[in-house]
Amino acid sequence: MTIKRVKVLVAKLGLDGHDRGAKVVARALKDAGMEVVYTGLRQTPEQIVKAAIQEDADVIGISILSGAHLELIPKVIQLMRQNGLNDVGLIVGGVIPPEDINKLKDMGVDEVFLPGSSLKEIIDKVKKIAREKRGINVE
Amino acid sequence: MLNELLDRAIKGDEIAIAKLLTKIEYMTEDGIHALDYLITKSGNSHVIGITGIPGAGKSTLIGGLIQEYVSRGHKVGVIVIDPSSPFTMGSFMGNRIRMQDKTLLKNVFIRSIASRGHLGGISAEALMLTEALDGLGYDRIIIETVGAGQTDTEISESVHTILVLTVPGTGDDIQALKAGIMEIGDIYIVNKADRPDADLTYNYIRFAIESSEMPFRDGWKPIVVKTIATRNEGIKELVDKIEEHREFLIRNELFKKKVLNRRMKILELMARKQLSEIVNKIIKEKDNILLKEPISISLRQIILQVKELLDKRYQNI
Repeated sequence: MTIKRVKVLVAKLGLDGHDRGAKVVARALKDAGMEVVYTGLRQTPEQIVKAAIQEDADVIGISILSGAHLELIPKVIQLMRQNGLNDVGLIVGGVIPPEDINKLKDMGVDEVFLPGSSLKEIIDKVKKIAREKRGINVE
Repeated sequence: MLNELLDRAIKGDEIAIAKLLTKIEYMTEDGIHALDYLITKSGNSHVIGITGIPGAGKSTLIGGLIQEYVSRGHKVGVIVIDPSSPFTMGSFMGNRIRMQDKTLLKNVFIRSIASRGHLGGISAEALMLTEALDGLGYDRIIIETVGAGQTDTEISESVHTILVLTVPGTGDDIQALKAGIMEIGDIYIVNKADRPDADLTYNYIRFAIESSEMPFRDGWKPIVVKTIATRNEGIKELVDKIEEHREFLIRNELFKKKVLNRRMKILELMARKQLSEIVNKIIKEKDNILLKEPISISLRQIILQVKELLDKRYQNI
């Protein structure tokens, strides 16, 4: 039997066309042995949650640089809850003012990564979330 | 627990379907049970395989097919395969990007799966997911292979209708005449047909088909069509042709046969994967002479060594 690999859905939320960061993170997760589904630019909360459902993603990684995180992330979380995705991890990365980090975490975001975060930190965190929330045995 | 999940999946609950598919692709005990049940309901869906070189436009074309099939009242399942890394087994799957605008349509279920060591464009796991979606009532299923090369023909015994996608500028008539992928299509598609040389490519493929003295597979003469997937041009006509091929298969009592072929293919692909794992293990064995003296060893010694190792291994099976 094949060992379960961590499946991560990486998406760009809302109206911002800068996806280099998301691609670099997605690629790093691939290089760490994970199966990454990249859904691309300008995704609505509905599209992201729908894709996470159909893919049975273990963790959702959202990149947002537009400043609309306090409007859009709550919608993602609301849709996740409505659909019973309580065991799916959610991490957010991008240009987030430090004072918003705890707001996002209080809403239910598992971790927030700011510019300058190391890829190793992100990989380790994704693995940890997959282990804790989904019970996946990751090395 | 499993029965509850299966019940929900049968009723169309996408979360249950998705979780079931994960169990099936990893062949857990529950997954195998579920598939055993679903396979008794499957065999009715028309399964379409799309193959072609990376970047030919397979995913974008599927976006168009989804839209067209949904508008014709079908329930569409889509399975897209992208490669796993030979080094880390990780995967970067980007097919969904080109069809994300169709993801909110009702009656559409899109699932990505990594190739996980399977070569040839398709995997046993992808075909097992096909059986499951078929059993769950998706009546048109589209499988996108890994970006394929000339010999990636595994899809040919796995689906009802094979679409081979190519683009202008991929070579002359010699390329169209070669064995392998250019022999397996039921429908050949010249995508990006707004590019220069689209007519040339179209004619090369037509020539390859017309010049054949061999009987056509299943007695179906392959069709060539032109599309511009990004602009949704030629998609309606393409779906008409796929449906024509479907009717041809039914009329000639080939539809069920193809379902059986697909199931045989699952067996074959699983066996092949197991064998290649065994070969990989043998190659890495510590007492393997090939590892110790890879340069000074003679070809004759290599052949003898491989034979000996395989014989030894077969005795243990």
